[in-house]
Amino acid sequence: MNLWILDKEAISPLVGALMADYQVVGPQAKGPEFVFGPIADPAKLRLDYNTTILPPKKVLQPPQERLATFTMQVGAHVEPVIEAGPTVLLGVHTCDLHAIQLLDHAFSQEYPDAHYLERRRQTVIVGLECLEPCDEHSFCKSMGTLTADAGYDLHLTDLGPAYAVDVATEAGEQLLSRYGTAREAADADVRRLNEVLSAKWPHFTYRLDFDAAELPALLSAAYDHPLWDELGERCLACGSCTNVCPTCYCFNVFDEVNMALTEGERRRRWDSCQLDEFARVAGGESFREARSARQRHRFMRKGRYIYEKFGELGCVGCGRCIRTCVANISIVDGFNAIHETAVGGNGQ
Amino acid sequence: MTTSTSTRLSTSIYTPEIARLVNVEQMTELEKLFTIELPDGRNLGHEPGQFVMLSVLGVGEAPISITSSPSRSNGAFKLCVRRVGDVTNALHTMQPGDQVGIRGPFGHGFPIEKMRGKDMLFAPGGLGLVPLRSLINQVLDERGFFGRVIILYGAKRPAELLFRDELDEWVTRDDVECHFTVDCDADMWDGDQAMTCNEGVITTLFPLITVDPRNTVAITCGPPIMYRFVLMELLGKGIPETQIYLSLERRMKCGVGKCGHCQINGLYCCQDGPVFTYAQIKGVEEAL
Repeated sequence: MNLWILDKEAISPLVGALMADYQVVGPQAKGPEFVFGPIADPAKLRLDYNTTILPPKKVLQPPQERLATFTMQVGAHVEPVIEAGPTVLLGVHTCDLHAIQLLDHAFSQEYPDAHYLERRRQTVIVGLECLEPCDEHSFCKSMGTLTADAGYDLHLTDLGPAYAVDVATEAGEQLLSRYGTAREAADADVRRLNEVLSAKWPHFTYRLDFDAAELPALLSAAYDHPLWDELGERCLACGSCTNVCPTCYCFNVFDEVNMALTEGERRRRWDSCQLDEFARVAGGESFREARSARQRHRFMRKGRYIYEKFGELGCVGCGRCIRTCVANISIVDGFNAIHETAVGGNGQ
Repeated sequence: MTTSTSTRLSTSIYTPEIARLVNVEQMTELEKLFTIELPDGRNLGHEPGQFVMLSVLGVGEAPISITSSPSRSNGAFKLCVRRVGDVTNALHTMQPGDQVGIRGPFGHGFPIEKMRGKDMLFAPGGLGLVPLRSLINQVLDERGFFGRVIILYGAKRPAELLFRDELDEWVTRDDVECHFTVDCDADMWDGDQAMTCNEGVITTLFPLITVDPRNTVAITCGPPIMYRFVLMELLGKGIPETQIYLSLERRMKCGVGKCGHCQINGLYCCQDGPVFTYAQIKGVEEAL
């Protein structure tokens, strides 16, 4: 086991040292909440954050980015643009670590997406073990994301005065040895780590009434469930749920041109299946006209379609969509309702 | 602090290649036929039924099915495009010599190897002839490898029938069985005398033909409303679901299974399609 101990006082100097060579992105306060953002002052890093408004996907798939620049005159020319730079992404909770692994699959399968993958290649990820539930909406324990054994270069666990640092990759090892002042863990540290890790589990509650592995099958049988109409009545189609989702990666692509109409940029930005025009074709037909159909699509993607495509569930239980929904739509309540109908239908 | 820098790499799946319009032909009031050449006269290398992402730089990008068959490439390919959105309206203002961006070809086309030896029943409606034409001409260029070739084509009115020269040619061939129909104004028909035009929706053509269902492959494409009725006719003739092919249309922003726009329940129209068998999409609620 490659385990090191980093005193909490050593975090600020470590971040300061990293800032010389990397963009360091980590959780920091924004009003009463927290956001991932570039760290300008190591003292502003808040590894004690509960959750963030947006997930760290915004570092790997920015809300908006350039894909290419082009000229529009005769002899037109297109130049790809990959916006990436050396980055350390600090303090990623385990639900978000799972989500990033899903994004890795999505952007590398069949046609690799150089824009995402180059940023991913240049990003060193430092995970952070959750010891307490971040708030009342998270359901990571149900989704199997309360811990992570991959998806990070370094992983921190709070031992009180110090962090235990699990070194998972060569990039992580180099980062720690070059910039940090950690010592190798002693037997007592390992014992302490094991205590902390086993003590955390009772603090978290399951919030799904069933095993999440049943989700794909439950949803396959729930296409005509009355839940969708009920959600369609309440949903305002604002797209907040997909914006804050760590595994939503759908995007729109559009061109912007200069005033002289001589050159421009091709850009992409986050898009949402909850918006009216998302599935509309040129002739005017929309294949998910009703909000109920769009909510159903979101639930199906999270609990079934992504599983069918990548072999893992599309929901990591972070609870952000529940937290952000102005209509109080809860994916936990929705999944539970579908399960309830299924077991009720079996006469239980 | 190191800020994010823009690294310029040469390979991105989203970078279109600059291609040149070599010919533009007005087909109907709304449709034009564009002949496009890639740099150095390189072949597109597509299968019938595939599509490209076409860019008008500064306006945007849209998925367009390829209407020319690989057998007639000659270093250029053809797109028949209706002006209906931003990109296609901009394309319609362009002239030979103008430049467009091309990515692709993408998607699963028609599996022509599986179709050899079979009777071919094409049933396009309106603009649905465009993707099917890539297969029709491929089949006609390899005519000896196929059984009967039947084309049932419907449009709203005579002036909206596409590829009139080819329709005339197909009608005069004795190895192609053609039946055309228009929803209305059949008396406005001014085509070849050899070719008569029925009045009524496309399903009115099916009673005119008999098929050997087990040896028949049916291919259809058209406006969403059409599929249900055409499928009933095809199934009614006993053609197996695995031998009925459809080419579907969806909004697409990437063409490569990422942007999410073209998703049909769990399927991606861009990667799993745009050509599907009816058996593939029969239980897929959002497909039709």
